[in-house]
Amino acid sequence: MAAITAPARATEDTAKRVGGGRWTAYWLLAPGALWLLLFFVVPFYSLVSASLFDPNGSVLTGYDVTYHVGNFGTAVKNYYPELLRSLWYAGLATLVCLVIGYVLAYAIAFKAGRWRNLLLVLVIAPFFTSFLLRTLSWKLILSDHGFIVDLFQKVHILGSDGRLLNTWFAVVSGIVYNFLPFMVLPLYASLEKIDGRLIEAAGDLYASPFTAFFKVTWPLSLPGVVAGTLLTFIPAAGDFINAQLLGGPGQRMVGNVIQSLFTSTQDYAAAGALSVILMALIVGLVLVYIRKVGTEELV
Amino acid sequence: MSQASEGSRSLHLSQVTKEFAAFRAVDSLDLDVPHGSFFALLGPSGCGKTTTLRMVAGLETPTSGTIRIGDTDITYAKPYQRPVNTVFQSYALFPHLDVHENVAFGLRRRKSKEVDRQVSEMLALVELESQARKKPAQLSGGQQQRVALARALINRPDVLLLDEPLGALDLKLRRSMQIELKRIQTEVGLTFVHVTHDQEEAMTMADTVAVMNAGVIEQMGAPAELYENPRTTFVANFLGQSNLIAGKVVGREGDFVKVDMHGIVVSVPFDRAHTDGGEGWVGIRPEKVLVAEVGEDIDAPGNHLEGGVVTDVSFVGVSTQYLVRMPWGQELQVFEQNTGRRRLFTHGEKVDISWRPEYAFLLDASQDAHAGIEEE
Repeated sequence: MAAITAPARATEDTAKRVGGGRWTAYWLLAPGALWLLLFFVVPFYSLVSASLFDPNGSVLTGYDVTYHVGNFGTAVKNYYPELLRSLWYAGLATLVCLVIGYVLAYAIAFKAGRWRNLLLVLVIAPFFTSFLLRTLSWKLILSDHGFIVDLFQKVHILGSDGRLLNTWFAVVSGIVYNFLPFMVLPLYASLEKIDGRLIEAAGDLYASPFTAFFKVTWPLSLPGVVAGTLLTFIPAAGDFINAQLLGGPGQRMVGNVIQSLFTSTQDYAAAGALSVILMALIVGLVLVYIRKVGTEELV
Repeated sequence: MSQASEGSRSLHLSQVTKEFAAFRAVDSLDLDVPHGSFFALLGPSGCGKTTTLRMVAGLETPTSGTIRIGDTDITYAKPYQRPVNTVFQSYALFPHLDVHENVAFGLRRRKSKEVDRQVSEMLALVELESQARKKPAQLSGGQQQRVALARALINRPDVLLLDEPLGALDLKLRRSMQIELKRIQTEVGLTFVHVTHDQEEAMTMADTVAVMNAGVIEQMGAPAELYENPRTTFVANFLGQSNLIAGKVVGREGDFVKVDMHGIVVSVPFDRAHTDGGEGWVGIRPEKVLVAEVGEDIDAPGNHLEGGVVTDVSFVGVSTQYLVRMPWGQELQVFEQNTGRRRLFTHGEKVDISWRPEYAFLLDASQDAHAGIEEE
């Protein structure tokens, strides 16, 4: 009898040791959960309730939650140009980032040799300066009498009174510049993991370097492409600094509208509704995108 | 397929040299692999065999020399322009494609017709039909190996290169894959060039084995020929094991050379004496040596050596392996088949040993007697 029960007890012991006590997992989750509660759930709750405020209230008289769903319709009606422009600017900037970032990440991963680490440091070097300062310097670079405008005027890309500041070009350039590292790093991480022997195998199996890239390298780098485009597109769509510093009234993005609605106009209902709409739009687009690219199939 | 075109698809390397900076990996290599043969390049790691293979595949460019298939010079052809496919050591299967698409890869690049039918047939040949829709990561090592083989074979290359294809498999699986590979090669009739450091693998599978060392081919021939009549100490040690005993040539008697080994004169067949000088290494394979009690008449009329002492006995089932210390201090290896008719000797016993002269060989004294012995 004893001989039979002994192994059973041993198994129980092992289970307990591997499980490490039933509360350990919760303790480990606690800091993250608390953080999310304080800085995501609570603000999200207040944002959603703000979007349902009675639009007739004001900061002085106070707002009532009247579940006024009409806020959403009003926000879309009033601000759809800014909403669309945000998605368009962010999408364009993401695409430009992808092209520049892919070439850069590819070069660092496969061609840089011993310069690899230095180049990676250079990619993140701009982060050592503040975001605002960097964007302000772009204002100088693109200014009306800066060398870029001069050069563009000389080669007749711009007319003699043409300018770059306060154009879509300036805003998109700023976004591309500011978010490029978020594209390069995930791309580099997934390109660097690709086994060079797979490319050799593709060549051995009659694929030209061009075909080998599209049939092997590109599909294997898709996780990096997805991560990079999301990390670029999502913050870019909500960004307002680039539009504010580099753009004019014609380049206002939804971030600018929300910022001014919250801080200067103090129309909390409209600001809340617009924020929720932006969030829903982004979540919706991301879901469609991920389903299309189907990253879960990749190893 | 006509006879002429069969012959025109054999592989020829002439004076091929490959240098990496100051290191010469392959040195003026000449090699002819007839169409349809199973050819093994055997050698220790770093001997240049993989570099040779990569040059044939087009993954490395020779520093000098030419590589031809039939009459076509492919020395500088791009990998994707050669009628050559490779089974890579690590398999290099595309992780994002399933088994079917991995195998179809080469056909699709060349815009072949009836890809699906051809792939199904090839998967049947390697017995993987049921795994066609799985990803490589879901397969076992042996299955991945067969996918890699199928992926290369389906293109019907003039030359199929195998780079240590069984290296990652465990011993049992390796044995069965050796038989499998040999069967497939016979079935499809393509030229296989197999690179390996495993001498048993090379000997069991290949028609012709080339033993490579330090960038040159030491000896080439049928496995039995290489084993029975090695020409260098490297081949004698790398292919199986050999006893090499220092000796002086003292004369010739008919078809035999007389060699004085530490005072004992033995004979070696003249056509197995690969030395010009007066000194040499007398070589004899351990299983050719018979061991007997002192004074016993041994069934090996020929070279008889007295005064041995058993210093080690390893019973390995099919045979017993003795170490016998000879009067001049050298320990010789002796393998005796366990027929059950002879008694086992024990440690410290005095014995005589003997071998038939026709099994002995004589190698050049200038060569290192320990060349090719694998470090444990």
